[in-house]
Amino acid sequence: MIEVIYILWLRQLKHYWRSKARLIGSLGQPLLFMVAFGFGFGPMYTEASGGANYMDFLAPGIVSMSILFTAVFSGLEVIWDRQFGFLKETLVAPISRTEIMIGKTLGGATIAMIQGLIVLSLTYVLGFRIPSLASLGLGLVFMFLIAIFFTGLGLAIASKMKDMHGFQLIMNFLIMPIFFLSGALFPLENLPSAIYFISRIDPLTYGVDGLRGAITGMSIFGVYNDLAIIGLLSLLVCAVGTVLFSKLEA
Amino acid sequence: MQNILSVQSLTKKFEDFTAVKDISFNVQTGSIFAFLGPNGAGKSTTIKMLTTVLKPTSGEISINGFNALKEQDRARASFGIVFQDHSLDDELTAYENIVYHAVIYKVPKKERAERIRRALEIVGLWDRREDYVKKYSGGMKRRLEIARALVHYPKILFLDEPTVGLDPQTRKSIWDHIKNLNQEKGMTIFLTTHYMEEAEAIADQIAIIDHGKIIESGTVEEIKEKTDAESLEEAFLKLTGRDIRDENNEPANKMRMIRGMRRRNRH
Repeated sequence: MIEVIYILWLRQLKHYWRSKARLIGSLGQPLLFMVAFGFGFGPMYTEASGGANYMDFLAPGIVSMSILFTAVFSGLEVIWDRQFGFLKETLVAPISRTEIMIGKTLGGATIAMIQGLIVLSLTYVLGFRIPSLASLGLGLVFMFLIAIFFTGLGLAIASKMKDMHGFQLIMNFLIMPIFFLSGALFPLENLPSAIYFISRIDPLTYGVDGLRGAITGMSIFGVYNDLAIIGLLSLLVCAVGTVLFSKLEA
Repeated sequence: MQNILSVQSLTKKFEDFTAVKDISFNVQTGSIFAFLGPNGAGKSTTIKMLTTVLKPTSGEISINGFNALKEQDRARASFGIVFQDHSLDDELTAYENIVYHAVIYKVPKKERAERIRRALEIVGLWDRREDYVKKYSGGMKRRLEIARALVHYPKILFLDEPTVGLDPQTRKSIWDHIKNLNQEKGMTIFLTTHYMEEAEAIADQIAIIDHGKIIESGTVEEIKEKTDAESLEEAFLKLTGRDIRDENNEPANKMRMIRGMRRRNRH
């Protein structure tokens, strides 16, 4: 059981590590967002909030964003496995679909975590500071849960897709809205009621809020409420993914 | 003789199209069984059901005494498969591909290195084990897939067109390996191929499927006798006709085509 999960995990890490272009390329977007938004909106935010530093608000959002994208892509990679035929090799093996789901979720989540940690260190270069080791520890828990949830979501979606044709649909109608309406870039206050509602059913909202609460002390819902919500959602998405995987046909 | 594989009234329907219609057959332990048919006859659909990646609409499959629908994992551990299309991870080395296989098939850790070495030696790839699969030629990939399927000591090996697109040298060496495995290890071989002379040379038992039904079965001699043919190829053409079938006649593609046509007609 453990070894099967380990080998699935190891394969994904090898893929990640061997594709240096992807590793470096995926750092471009968070860096651009951080510099463009950080310096662009920074003065406005400081004025509107009465002196607060926008980088403190933005850094956890950008870390969450990089985890979101890396995790979803890692999950969707199963579609490539299917197209290149490798998925069959795993599906005909005498292993449970739960093992496959756990191995793939942990693999994708680990990659997303590494990506998130690299972005977190970049925020340090741009002047963002975490107050204590304890808050860093709690922050890592949130980063991991965000990574688990969105890898699981990517896998669940991938199990229903035959090819990459639906990729744009998923990006523009699911992942981008999840990102923009999660409070990663701007505070979720004084919003029109429709946007307010969407932001409240957006799983990333609780991830971002929790991470921000953990590493900067700013939280709307309370760190432990966030922890409970994102933790439960992660379990739920993995359970759903396992069911979908067990129905998967090659 | 015992049957390692037993199929009863197997049927697979895709929406309004029936790919496999109520087929039954047995494969004897230790034999080489060739499953032949034109493109789109239902060969691959049948193999997919036998190897548990596709659920039958109805029917029973027993592999090595295990019910392939209810005791999936034990059935899965009993067979090895070389798929018709590519199923290696190009971004891993040959060795890593096989280790992955050995682990997910739960080959005991102590025996792993030795078994992998032997499997790679059988197909002559031991010296190239550290190469990435993407650097391999088509024939090498095929040999690697065969080596991989051997690592967990399957009782029955499914080979779905193992020699398609390969040069005569590679084809010969692959069939030699397969014959060896059959004779020395007593491994049952279930194969499909479009090369009738290959099937004629190697198979103990043959079943010919067309339009989802088994239209003839028996030894090569029996089939030639029944159809009054000189060669298996002649017998095959007599049985299945000379019309050329659509390439790529996979049921999924067919359905997509039909659906696409309907959609176009609606406009």
